[in-house]
Amino acid sequence: MARKFLVLGEVRDGSLRNVSFEAIGAAKLAAAGGEIVGVLVGDSVQNLGNEMIQYGADRVVAVENDQLKQYTSDGYAQGLLAVIEQEKPEGIFFGHTALGKDLAPKLAGKLESGLISDVTSIEEEGGNIVFTRPIYSGKAFEKKIVTGGVIFATIRPNNIEPLAKDESRSGDVAALSVDIKDLRTIIKDVVRKASEGVDLSEAKVIIAGGRGVKSEDGFEPLKELAQVLGGAVGASRGACDADYCDYSLQIGQTGKVVTPDLYIACGISGAIQHLAGMSNSKVIVAINKDPEANIFNVADYGIVGDLFEVLPLLTEEFRKLKVNA
Amino acid sequence: MNIYVLLKRTFDTEEKITLSNGKINEDGAEFIINPYDEYAVEEAIQVRDAQGGEVTVISVGTEEAEKQLRTALAMGADKAVLINIEDDVENGDQFTTAKIIGEYLKGKKADLIIAGNVAIDGGSGQVGPRVAEILEIPYITTITKLDIADGNVSVIRDVEGDSETIEASLPLLVTAQQGLNEPRYPSLPGIMKAKKKPLEELELDDLDLEEDDVEAKTKTIEIYLPAKKEAGKVLSGEIGDQVSELVQLLRSEAKVI
Repeated sequence: MARKFLVLGEVRDGSLRNVSFEAIGAAKLAAAGGEIVGVLVGDSVQNLGNEMIQYGADRVVAVENDQLKQYTSDGYAQGLLAVIEQEKPEGIFFGHTALGKDLAPKLAGKLESGLISDVTSIEEEGGNIVFTRPIYSGKAFEKKIVTGGVIFATIRPNNIEPLAKDESRSGDVAALSVDIKDLRTIIKDVVRKASEGVDLSEAKVIIAGGRGVKSEDGFEPLKELAQVLGGAVGASRGACDADYCDYSLQIGQTGKVVTPDLYIACGISGAIQHLAGMSNSKVIVAINKDPEANIFNVADYGIVGDLFEVLPLLTEEFRKLKVNA
Repeated sequence: MNIYVLLKRTFDTEEKITLSNGKINEDGAEFIINPYDEYAVEEAIQVRDAQGGEVTVISVGTEEAEKQLRTALAMGADKAVLINIEDDVENGDQFTTAKIIGEYLKGKKADLIIAGNVAIDGGSGQVGPRVAEILEIPYITTITKLDIADGNVSVIRDVEGDSETIEASLPLLVTAQQGLNEPRYPSLPGIMKAKKKPLEELELDDLDLEEDDVEAKTKTIEIYLPAKKEAGKVLSGEIGDQVSELVQLLRSEAKVI
């Protein structure tokens, strides 16, 4: 039987999130030549179908309904269940995002199926789709397979390569009409704190500050560097506990687990809980006054020095690079 | 109000992870209440103190989880339930745990169920929403504020740094995000009282569940530790030169810029 996988295209501010393209890449690995069907859910999303196809989906099913303007687990679950019912896929992939984490367990629960969360790689071994995921916040990894029901997975951003965009690809984008009703949670208001800059979980570059940042204002040089590099600002628990920044920036065993291409730790000592959240980053730079700081044990490159002296110089160097590029 | 808390016993965050025979080595490790479940316990106590009612803390695991349940009782929870699966379930997953908790809670008329949004060991964040689905009640994950008045609930949900204000009604399941509250430390009188509070121990039989009913839907085929990172290069010289060298290295050696 030919394999068929669904991938939810997650829409944010009218555009598809990059992790959804990565999820298509993941589904390609799992489907081993089978069909990839993109799924779009929202009030006006059908126009995004082509982009999913350009990133590797064979066709797209779009569920449009006024009730789906904002994400609610009830609304989206009704939309997706209708698509699953119609397509009868072997599996369905989501991004491991706030939405994916909220929605996938509900659907997997409803269909009494296995869900593998926070997947960082996929391979096919002897007919099984083997998922790798971090446990203990990255202190260890496990390989898992789904043994019951539909194969559900959420794909961690920045780990599985998306396919190159191919604008010559085309495919069918079909609407599916679904009656959405009985929403039991109502979103009254959304305050966007994260609107400035790049989302932490998807950022390719993260500049993180610890206690050494010393104050809320101390984050300014980090923000400047992040801006020049198109990255996001994060923090250690120490900085959050000291009220230098919001808990939503916290990286570590409690907080976010991140795997950017470049992680620059500024004034972070490197407690084991923090390392759990970032040590699988591709390249780690540590800037710390204390040459004995534990962070240097995981850093690829270290500068022993005052972050308030180093960061402005670093920002300047990168600026020059950008101008010359 | 009838409040339930879902609690998991986890490794202390300070612990290094080692393997023996391909499994996580638990020998000599310290265990704690999953930190996100601690927020759940605290919130449940606060809601009860404001609204009246009773807080029951549930854990699925082995006998050893009694210690963490006693800690929750010492914080101020009223009752604890340990569903001991040691003899019945060898390789459970989130489906297993949710099925067991769901079965226990059916018919209990829970008004409010609070769980942590994720456990710091398995890190899947599935059990809360799966339990809500089994009980056919709504859920809201990663909340940082909870207000209840006359059965109407208003919560603030953290969505990757954004804050959503969401309204719902009871019964409801919520999962706790950091920032929801400051969990209290158990007081000495609290610890003394906790010893006498009811802690019920159940097995699958008591819930009319067979091993087959809770059979995992996933299987772990391998556990491994990440490759140890080699110590990197600590630069030296004038700060300005170090910065130039770093940028060079990031460009030409690491190739990330």
